Parts: sequence; C-alpha cells; structure tokens
Amino acid sequence: MKEMINFLILPLLIPFLTGILLIFFAKNVVIQRWIAAISALFNVVIAFLLVQKVRNDGIQTLDVSSWQAPFGITLVSDMLSALLVLTTTIIAFTSIIYSFRSIGVEREKYFYYPALNFLIVGVIGAFTTGDIFNLFVFFEVLLMASYVLLVLGGTKIQLRETIKYILVNVISSALFVIAVAYLYSVVGTLNMAHISVRLDDLGQSGIITVIAVLFLIVFGLKGGIFPLYFWLPGSYYAPPAPVMALFGALLTKVGVYAIMRTYTLFFIHDTGYTHQLLMILTIITIVVGVIGAIAFSDIKKIIIYNIIVAIGVILFGVSVMTPDSLAGSVFYLIHDMVIKAALFLLIGIMIAITGTSDLRKISGLIRRYPGLGWTFFIAALVLAGIPPFSGFVGKVLIVKGGFESEQFLGAGIVLASSLLVLFSIMKIFINGFWGTPQDYKGETNVPVRKLLIAPVILVTISVLYGAGSEIIFPYISQAAETLANPSVYIEAVLKEW
Amino acid sequence: MEIVMAFVIGILFMSATYLMLSKSLLRIIIGTGLLSHGAHLLILTMGGLKRGTVPLLGEEASSYTDPIPQALILTAIVISFGVTAFFLVLAYRAYKELGTDNTERLRGNEGND
Repeated sequence: MKEMINFLILPLLIPFLTGILLIFFAKNVVIQRWIAAISALFNVVIAFLLVQKVRNDGIQTLDVSSWQAPFGITLVSDMLSALLVLTTTIIAFTSIIYSFRSIGVEREKYFYYPALNFLIVGVIGAFTTGDIFNLFVFFEVLLMASYVLLVLGGTKIQLRETIKYILVNVISSALFVIAVAYLYSVVGTLNMAHISVRLDDLGQSGIITVIAVLFLIVFGLKGGIFPLYFWLPGSYYAPPAPVMALFGALLTKVGVYAIMRTYTLFFIHDTGYTHQLLMILTIITIVVGVIGAIAFSDIKKIIIYNIIVAIGVILFGVSVMTPDSLAGSVFYLIHDMVIKAALFLLIGIMIAITGTSDLRKISGLIRRYPGLGWTFFIAALVLAGIPPFSGFVGKVLIVKGGFESEQFLGAGIVLASSLLVLFSIMKIFINGFWGTPQDYKGETNVPVRKLLIAPVILVTISVLYGAGSEIIFPYISQAAETLANPSVYIEAVLKEW
Repeated sequence: MEIVMAFVIGILFMSATYLMLSKSLLRIIIGTGLLSHGAHLLILTMGGLKRGTVPLLGEEASSYTDPIPQALILTAIVISFGVTAFFLVLAYRAYKELGTDNTERLRGNEGND
C-alpha cells in the first residue's frame, strides 16, 4: 500500500470553499474582502508548506477516492506543480488586496471575489492534476470563471471582447476533447503517467505525432503562441487592471505548463518533428511579440505583447529539452508570472491617475508619484533581465541550453529579444514618468499609496527571487529533473507497477 | 458502425464550421453547440462501439463495453451545456447593450493606434 497524502488537495480546496462561502456574503463587501484576503494569505502558507514537503519527501500523489492510480483520478504534486501553485497563490493574494481600492463596489457586489476564487481553483487544479481528462475539466473551471471576470462590469468593450474570447475557447475546448479522444483510442488510459508508459511501449507512430500537434494547437491557443495568439491582445485589453494581472500572469501560463508537461512526459519519442515544430513556432512568437511591444504606444498593449515574448522564451527552453534549458524555463516561468502581475498592477495605477492608456498623453508622473515611478523602474529592470535580477538567471540557462544543442539562431533571438524588451518597457518609463507633469482627466484622489502595496510586494518577491537564486536553485533543478527524466514522475504515480 | 459514425461526426463538424463562419451571433452559438456534439460522439466512437453488452466490469463478465468514454461524455456534455447557456445570456446582453448581433459590427480598435 503506497503512502497517501491529502495535503496536496488543500491549496485547491481552500479557494473552492472560500468561493462558495463568499457567494452568501454578496452584498456585504467588507466581509467579502476580509474573508477573501485571509483565505488567500492562508493558502500562500499552505502552498509554501507543500513546496517544502515536496522538497523533503519527493513527489506527492493522491488517488482521489482511493481508486488505484491508473484507474481513478490522481492528483500529483511534483516540484514544478508545487512551485507554480505557490506562485499562483501569491498572485491571487496580491490581486485581491489590490482589488479593494481599485475594482469598485459595484463589481464586488456582483460576485467578483467568488469568481476570482473559482479562477484560482481552476488554475491550481490544472497545475496539480495527473489525469489528462481532469486537466480538461480544470481548464473549463478556470475558463468559466475567466468569462465572468472578463465580462463583469458589462462595458461595451468587455461584452464585445468576451464574445470573441468565449468563441475561441469553446473551439479550443472542442479540440481538446477531440485530442483526448484520439489519445484514449490509441493508449486506452487517461492517467498521464500511464499514458507515458504506454507511449513508451508503442513508440511514436504517425498518429501519435498528429495527437502531439493537436495538443500543441489546443494549449497554444490558451498560451498564445504564434500563430494562435491573435485573440490575446484584444481580450486582455478589456478588463480592469487586477483582472488583467490575473489573466496575464496565470491563464496563459496554464497553457504553457500544459505544453511543458505533455511535451516532456508524452511526446518524447519523435522530437525531431514535434519539438522542432515547437521551436520554430516559439522563435516566431518571440519575434512577433517583440515587434508588437515596440510598435504600440499604448501601455496596456506593450505589456500584453511582452507576455507573448515571454511565452516564446519559456517554450523555446522546453523545445530544446536539455536539463539546463528546462531549468531555465522553469525559473523564467515563475519569474515571469510574478513580474507580469506586478507590471499590470502598476500600469493599472497609471491608468487610474491619468484616465488614459495612451503613452503620448502621459508624462512627468515621477514628480508627483515618486514611489510609483521607482517601483516601475525596478520592475522594468527585472522584466528585461538585467543582472542580478531574476529574469537574467532564467535567460542565461535557456540560452546556454540553446547553444549546447547548437540552436544558435533561437538562442540568439532570445538574447536579442531581451534588449528590445528593455527598450519597450523603458519607453513607458521615459515617456510616462519623465518630462513635465500634466493635469489629467482621470479619477481624483487615487489612493496611490494603498494601491502600491500589492505591486511592491510582487516586485520585492521578484528581486529576492533573483538575488536569492542560489538558495532557490535546488528547488528549480528538482523541478527540471522531473521534466528531463519522466521515469521519476511515472514511478511516483504508479508505485505498484 | 464506426464508418457511419465517422460520417455523422464529419457532417456535424462541417455544419458547425459553416455556422461559425457566419456573421449572426445566434448562428455562431448554434455552431458551437454542434461542434461539441460532434466532439462528444467522437469520444464515444473512439472508445469502440459494441452491441449487446453493458458497461460493467464484473469479476465474471465475459464481455462488457468500456465505461470510460461514457463517463467522459457525461462530463463534457454538462460543461458544454453550461458554457452554451452562459454564451446565450452574454449574446442577449451584448445585443441589448451594443444594439447589434452582427459580428461585422463588433469590430473595435481601441489601443491599436
């Protein structure tokens, strides 16, 4: 009898129960805020303990309802998923405390906090599950919550973009079901570890490659890789800042995580085709993202295109598939989640002050809001990966992996993209914060100091993450080891086989 | 039997694609409904079609139908039901708010200049 642990389901259960509880307090905003914030903070602690548990005792698994591993649904927490769960809980907590002062009482009364909690349930569930169909179910949970968060408020742009967003995601969900059906007909199992074992026996025939590409389309649509990112700049533009932070930091990364998982666990027998395809797409993704980030003079668009660049960089590391590049991808993935959330929250403050996101109409903010200016400056340096900040470590490893496997073009583009990302983000800093202050038509009395708490927490974490990379690196390399060597994952899940 | 199902699924996907390419929001939603029907039938077919047996895994069973595809379809149907309901309400609200159900007129370019 293998040892069971219920602990790893806690980070999923806490937001779920909180979300249900909050529905009953819909009209009492103060109680909602307190409950949401306390439960989110509690969840951060739980997730941290989970990471320590995985660090000390290896991969944790839970067969739900005690159905044995390949037959029932299994939840698996390896280091990658535990770290991502921890990052998710931190971003959830900061978004919640940022929402107090920015989202508006109207939205808070109409189930903003419950929807946010259900979104977190979906994201954490997707990171934790070890069953491919259960992954689909958690995708739907987070999508359903994201539809609500995207449309909540009901402004014209939100309604319009939500229609497009739902349509894209319904099609991608149908493709997901089709891909799972094909996979099931070939391997006859849904447990991810067991699928990996069966595929190992079968070898990679043509149909498996078809399924691999189908999965790449499904997760690529969620994650926003070229050419499937077309919906992303429009939809992410519509919602208010904290929702944008949640979407930009979490939703695309779930797609990235799913590609990471399937392309290191399932489709590893014909890398000449599948991973080559992934690599070409990621390189084009980086280029397209950088072009977008430079071309626009709208601060939201600039940050949104920076998401696309980061997705390209992370998945380039995955496509190279060396231990170094995988470690770099994991490191960069977590770095990017934290810093993107921080940047979205910061530009949310800028937009609240100025009432516009057009960079040409903003200048001289640093005179009146020095705290905001300097926080943004540090966040910009972190994003671009100036040493010793955290983006640097991840990129070095990815580039190193790229050069080791002689992918000079890709590695070169990753390097060049850093410079252009720095340019695009400094453009916001120079145009928006320097120059002469103006009078703006935005909200009066924006509580800048209180709003700054959340982004400052995130930027601090990001700086510590870079400065303390020596301490953090054992965790990252443990995560990358599982990715590079699927048998560790398989043995942990199917102990009795 | 599988061949017949392949044609049924193909026709469903074809109609769904046609409907989703049209400009009326309602037709698009019907298209997404047909698309998910096709996907559900595909799961059922992929599990292998058998006649005359039940989806039971008894100790002594000589023959049984694979129950997993049926469980998967049930889940997928419930999800697509929920999403379609949400989509319909959203379409109605968008129609009232924006005054059109024509996707051609739902274009926008905020922030694209």
